[in-house]
Amino acid sequence: MATNQKEMDELVSREYKHGWVTDIEQDTLPPGLDEDVIRHISAKKEEPEWLLEWRLKAYRAWTEMKHPSWAKVKHPPIDYQSISYYSAPKSKEQIEAEAPKSLDEVDPKLLETYEKLGIPLHEQEQLAGVAVDAVFDSVSVATTFKEKLHEAGVIFCSFSEAVQKYPELVQKYLGTVVPLKDNFFAALNSAVFTDGSFVFVPKGVKCPMELSTYFRINASNTGQFERTLIVAEEGASVSYLEGCTAPQRDENQLHAAVVELVALDDATIKYSTVQNWYPGDENGVGGIYNFVTKRGDCRGDRSKITWTQVETGSAITWKYPSCILRGDDSVGEFYSVAVTSNHQQADTGTKMIHIGKNTRSTIISKGISAMQGDQSYRGLVRITPKADGARNYTQCDSLLIGDRCGAHTFPYIEARNNSAQVEHEATTSRVSEDQLFYCRQRGISEEDAVNMIVNGFCKEVFKELPMEFAVEAEALLGITLEGAVG
Amino acid sequence: MSGEDTARYNFLTQFDRAVDELPGQGWLSTLRRDALARFREQGLPTQKDEDWKYTSLRPITEGRFALPGSTTVPADRLDEARVPGLDAARLVFVNGRYQAGLSDISGLPEGVTVRSIADAMEREPENLQARLSRQSGLDYTPFTALNNAFVADGALVEVAANVQCKTPIELLFLSVPGDEAFVFHPRVLVQMAQGSEATVIEHHVGLDEAANFNNVVSEISLGAQSRLEHYLLQRQSTAGYHIGGIHVHQARDSRYVSHNVNLGGALVRHDINARLAEEGAEAVLNGLYLVNDRQHVDNHTCVDHAAPHTISDETYKGVMAGRGRAVFNGRVVVHKNAQKIDAGQKNDNLLLSKLAEVDTKPELEIYADDVACSHGATIGQLDPDALFYLRSRGIDADKARDLLTFAFAESVIERMGLSEIREWLDHLVVNRVSGEGRLDDLESVEQ
Repeated sequence: MATNQKEMDELVSREYKHGWVTDIEQDTLPPGLDEDVIRHISAKKEEPEWLLEWRLKAYRAWTEMKHPSWAKVKHPPIDYQSISYYSAPKSKEQIEAEAPKSLDEVDPKLLETYEKLGIPLHEQEQLAGVAVDAVFDSVSVATTFKEKLHEAGVIFCSFSEAVQKYPELVQKYLGTVVPLKDNFFAALNSAVFTDGSFVFVPKGVKCPMELSTYFRINASNTGQFERTLIVAEEGASVSYLEGCTAPQRDENQLHAAVVELVALDDATIKYSTVQNWYPGDENGVGGIYNFVTKRGDCRGDRSKITWTQVETGSAITWKYPSCILRGDDSVGEFYSVAVTSNHQQADTGTKMIHIGKNTRSTIISKGISAMQGDQSYRGLVRITPKADGARNYTQCDSLLIGDRCGAHTFPYIEARNNSAQVEHEATTSRVSEDQLFYCRQRGISEEDAVNMIVNGFCKEVFKELPMEFAVEAEALLGITLEGAVG
Repeated sequence: MSGEDTARYNFLTQFDRAVDELPGQGWLSTLRRDALARFREQGLPTQKDEDWKYTSLRPITEGRFALPGSTTVPADRLDEARVPGLDAARLVFVNGRYQAGLSDISGLPEGVTVRSIADAMEREPENLQARLSRQSGLDYTPFTALNNAFVADGALVEVAANVQCKTPIELLFLSVPGDEAFVFHPRVLVQMAQGSEATVIEHHVGLDEAANFNNVVSEISLGAQSRLEHYLLQRQSTAGYHIGGIHVHQARDSRYVSHNVNLGGALVRHDINARLAEEGAEAVLNGLYLVNDRQHVDNHTCVDHAAPHTISDETYKGVMAGRGRAVFNGRVVVHKNAQKIDAGQKNDNLLLSKLAEVDTKPELEIYADDVACSHGATIGQLDPDALFYLRSRGIDADKARDLLTFAFAESVIERMGLSEIREWLDHLVVNRVSGEGRLDDLESVEQ
């Protein structure tokens, strides 16, 4: 197996494809966090009084909270006072003043960045039928397909825009899924979030296209605190895609996003993520710390929330997209592929809280660990006493590549209703010699064979992704892993 | 002071009062004081400790438990406790103290030594010293510390090299009520020399609604190629508390089989740690727990694959009724370089009542790649198809239900080697499952 070790090493040590920094002057606050910083952020964004109060409340709660230590990840302590909490591209004033109606009005340097990332907005606009709300650091700079969505009655805009234009909607739903004191990172996010996405699909509307946001961390030393809120009213449905890349940096960058989903009666929300942030170099230096709180609330009867994630990047991932199945007959789904290579660490999984009657949840988690990667599946399935007829199926499989990696499973299952049916299954193994031999025997190179086997291993999750994303995900998986076999 | 602090204080002062009465000087006295110092430092766990997340120790921290005086029971009380028809060498303990008059260890072959710890403390303290001081590291819980501090009696089983002991060895611990609730800290030490074979039955029975707190530590060492079948039968009264720490160390090609059956107790916690220290070692862990009323049974198992080519196979099954609550935490750890591991684990739970609860957490922690590890956990009800099948053949709903529940538990029992225990457990399980004798005519149904 070591025959093409060299080739593999080369592949593995391949420079991060998306690593560069766009040179745009940043309007950045000095590092540090206190109430004045929060007032400054709020004032900069011309926020209403209630939102400032909300932020301050979160901040005060945060100062009394402790950094969580239960996750199976190791990193040096984070100095929250050395992070700058606000950064906006210089052209912000112009953008706000003129609010670009087409891509032509957007700073060409930004557009160039997206070109490098392989997200040609023009093409996407025309070909893919995807509306892109691109977030460059903290301020949204371009939003496409607004008009078409407007016709359908769908609101899809940056979070700050929503605060200005639809404050009553934001106020009604913000913090109702992830309360401001929910956890350390959520509290921090609630205090200092600068922007994000807001989606509102009104009653009975099927969103006519996939909605997509490309996040991108740019300024060095700037933590990103995205806030996303998606609301689907009765009978509405929406599919949302999130993808991330980040420039190469030697300093660890903190990312603590909060995503809240609200599905009312008969509503469906599908949230897909491909996460490809800078994972650090082969020595484990640098890379993004991705500490995210994602939670969906199936508030209405027969509502459905699906989380699909492909996590290939970040030095540390700490992420548990969850579903609160409050409405009767509501459905929660979680499909995940997580890859850890080099010195990456991931502690990820989901929570399914069954409260309504006949609620169902499915968890499919595929973990791939290579080199010195270390990953854990940490999940919770809770059947509350009133959740009659609740059903859960969980499968989490781990694939190990190399003898220095680790894969761990920590599923918590709590059943307090005797009509519940809960199944949990987990396996850990390596790429089977037999499978490899079979492929090699048929003239498939080892590299391709491993790729094929790994992709087959992840198929159940990939098939849940929208088409464009599935292709991207498979390619990403290939790049992240191809060299790791030996 | 919190409940834990009060309880800690109570144990510490109890030690000060009792220390002069406790047997042993020299190293043993040092061992006790070290253990107590560690307990003072650790205190009792709370639900904030991950290992105790689902189990509240309140009944123990809020209770007052005295050290028992010497007491015994009439010989005929043994009949209701012991396994009927089982021809075993038997050591009997009442409230933690050895009862020579009730015990019978004749009939053991040469090379098999069975004696009480109190006896060993007096007659061969050097032999005991190495055994008792072995506990360290992660296995050293506050309850282990308490056991070390207070240990006064228990059982010592030694099987010499290549001796096959056909006669099962039963260690029968009876808990009987007195003027107040008691606490005892018995110790079980099993030493299997190279190539030896034995069956040890650790049997805990609470008589007459005894509300005592039994804090047992069992240390089992398996030499190369040795085999041990270890039954752990816990039948405390529904008012009794039982905390058991079982620590197993396995050498090359040894095989350890554990049958952990929990039928009694108000609050029960077992920590079974099996360390597969050398190549070829194999551990089989079977478990069965039936909880009812307000019983709480918590089983924590940890299989530590420290060497390559080691095998583990774990099956725990539970039936929860009434307001019963069960906790299962099964951990499988595969160390770096421990390649060619085969580890399987399964936990199935049957929830029979609306108010019963089960919390299960099968964990895998794996640092090697050439492994085949799996775990599964299920929580559910009886299969409606199976119920329908039985009913369509003229069996009424209640009977069909009991029959299937019994069959669910039976699959653990049938893995046991001793037919006397299998049959006896079948009867006990039938009684437990059926509640008010609803399964009375189960046998006629079967025929």
